[in-house]
Amino acid sequence: MSDDKKKDIDEISGVETTGHEWDGLKELNNPLPRWWIWVWVISIIWSIWYFVVYPAWPVPGGATEGTSGYTQFKELQESQQEIVQRQQQYLSDFEKAEFHQIMDDPGLYAFAMAGGRAAFKDNCAVCHGTGAEGGIGYPNLNDDDWLWGGTMDAIHTTLEYGIRADNLDTRLSQMPAFGKEGLLNKEQIDEVVEYVMALSSDEDVTQMPGHQIFQQNCASCHGPDAKGMHEFGAPNLTDGIWLYGGERADIYETVYNARNSLMPAWNERLDDNTIRQLTVYVHQLGGGVEEAAKEPTSILSPVKSMEE
Amino acid sequence: MTTETITKNQDVPDYNYEIVRMFVIATCFWGVVGMMAGVFIATQLAFPDLNVEPYLNFGRLRPLHTSAVIFAFGGNALFATSYYVVQRTCRARLWGGDGLAKFTFWGYQAFIVIAAVGYVLGVTQGKEYAEPEWYADLWLTIVWVVYLLIFMMTVINRKEPHLYVANWFYLAFIITVAVLHLGNNVIIPVEWLGAKSYSVPSGVQSAMIQWWYGHNAVGFFLTAGFLGMMYYFVPKRAERPVYSYRLSIVHFWSLIFIYIWAGPHHLYYTALPDWAQTLGMTFSIMLWMPSWGGMINGIMTLSGAWEKLRKDPVIQFMVVALAFYGMSTFEGPLMAIRAVNSLSHYTDWTVGHVHSGALGWVGFITFGALYYLVPKLWGREEVYSLKLVSLHLWVASLGIVFYISSMWVSGIMQGLMWRSYDDLGFLNYSFVESVVAMHPFYVIRALGGLLYLSGALIMCYNFYRTIRGDVAVGEVDKDGNPRQPRNASQEGDAALKPAE
Repeated sequence: MSDDKKKDIDEISGVETTGHEWDGLKELNNPLPRWWIWVWVISIIWSIWYFVVYPAWPVPGGATEGTSGYTQFKELQESQQEIVQRQQQYLSDFEKAEFHQIMDDPGLYAFAMAGGRAAFKDNCAVCHGTGAEGGIGYPNLNDDDWLWGGTMDAIHTTLEYGIRADNLDTRLSQMPAFGKEGLLNKEQIDEVVEYVMALSSDEDVTQMPGHQIFQQNCASCHGPDAKGMHEFGAPNLTDGIWLYGGERADIYETVYNARNSLMPAWNERLDDNTIRQLTVYVHQLGGGVEEAAKEPTSILSPVKSMEE
Repeated sequence: MTTETITKNQDVPDYNYEIVRMFVIATCFWGVVGMMAGVFIATQLAFPDLNVEPYLNFGRLRPLHTSAVIFAFGGNALFATSYYVVQRTCRARLWGGDGLAKFTFWGYQAFIVIAAVGYVLGVTQGKEYAEPEWYADLWLTIVWVVYLLIFMMTVINRKEPHLYVANWFYLAFIITVAVLHLGNNVIIPVEWLGAKSYSVPSGVQSAMIQWWYGHNAVGFFLTAGFLGMMYYFVPKRAERPVYSYRLSIVHFWSLIFIYIWAGPHHLYYTALPDWAQTLGMTFSIMLWMPSWGGMINGIMTLSGAWEKLRKDPVIQFMVVALAFYGMSTFEGPLMAIRAVNSLSHYTDWTVGHVHSGALGWVGFITFGALYYLVPKLWGREEVYSLKLVSLHLWVASLGIVFYISSMWVSGIMQGLMWRSYDDLGFLNYSFVESVVAMHPFYVIRALGGLLYLSGALIMCYNFYRTIRGDVAVGEVDKDGNPRQPRNASQEGDAALKPAE
């Protein structure tokens, strides 16, 4: 280029170099590859087209809007429209239907189950598990052991207002910390723990020393037969199902310090349709209790008709 | 230097190689540290029980990994090669004296340690690739300005009439990284004696500045800087002239002009205005060919010397690096298309994409350059064993294949699971179900990382023996001529079992 004394030709390729050399390095003066230029030009032309059609360049007071009228909000609305359409045919009926009507209508039932399953996995599975199997402190929802009742209405209320949640209508009860608050001494607690552990066995427990303590201190909530009371969220202690573990140390801890776990009030986060779908879903998981005097076949028949 | 083409010139100054050697050793050290951290956090993702709270949980180790491989491994490699290349192609010793150069070395290592200690203690700005808090940022600014000064003044003091292309890229890298670093770290410290600070811009402005920074950290640190490396070491090792001077000019200016616009493609479907998203997308597409210019120039430089590609594992490293560079700079614009991004964003596909660039391009071009550089710096004819170089190449390549293919599958699977809904319009999968589905791919990815790390350890061993002055038994040089085995320590059996 600048030092144009003599053309420096690379022997192997026969291409002229630029005539410069750095640390033994030279540069050939090959032209730009044709295909490279063309693909680049096409990408630029495409981009210019895109500038025309879509919002692209900031101008005073906003930005060019593009001929297509595209905004990401419109795109969101359009893609959600399809969801809305799919749900709309069920949603208007679902909103009006009572729970027993939902159970009797195969379409509404399937709708409720699908919505409930999706909502359960996104909201409830964190504590109750994806299979609703529960864990320490989180009830298993597949069985028929209900703390606050297993009817549709009871489940619905639990979902709406939660348990010990920060909500005026929440389900509220408080087991006393019998040890910590000095209501029972350690010997008494040991005896009542022994008694509670025996409740789920075949033993005759009435002669045990803990029997008397239980009747005086625990029966008011858990019932004289220890089968629990839904209005207090007091668990059945005779079925061998333990929310916080059935070992002696677990039960001792429960009696000594008490356990009062918490479930959020979902009406602050989910709409009523979703809560009702969840109600149906949870009710159907295993041990939903029928409303008074309903035939049990109604649970199965919609499933059958769905399969048809 | 059997076939060194240097024209002996009485003007050749006494170059400062000491500083280059220091940075080369730091590159190897931090490379192994950063890759180990990567393998560990990959394993944590597969087996979350490995999280050690609070100091060694994923959240703290992840920036440790990214900073260690990008800024410590990559940064030291760029320091090493830029100091080597700028001296030799400018025919000038590094400006400012050896003390100043050593200041950049120890200053940069100090920055790395200060940043890393902060991460483990939970000190972070919460900005990706810009996690260090203000005190580390200030220190880095000083070190970086000195680096810029040394490089720039060496260029100005050059004895060559023209400036070699590699130096354009190095200079663009140093200047732009300084601008990005200052632009993205405008903060106000909020405690007198504490580390905490808040970003001055907030909300979407802060996000946009962050991704202007983040994307151009890729563009100027990991692309322009390593293209500078490529432009010196590929023609050097191939002993061929650069393919096209014109292409190097056009793709250099187009690359640096267009890259700087592409950041918004990290923020599709967010509060970022539509127009900014459009600009990010279109400039990403227009960036495709300028990026490929470097690949074409690198690979075509081998024309007339293709037989070297068969024989020389160092050239193989460089060519595989260019191939991965080409692949990831095609994948990038593809993923920047809004419709593709709506599937790929927030998934492992992005992680796989980054690693095809990081492991394939940045890692391999660095390994290639180091394999060229280490024998030169320590006055050896060639590395201890080219067979071990070849083993490194294959182990690392297999690791990359494991890594990126598992991330493609898991990323696309994640994207599809998240958007899948049933006939009634309800989501089919919850997030946690997609996490569970990732498990086998996370195991494969960790395995891929382990292979890549093993390759780096093979390299370090090779360098250790090279520096000691050993030559393995049964070795040939890059042109296929047999080499005399040598064991400098003269201890016992000099024979290293051949790697293949």
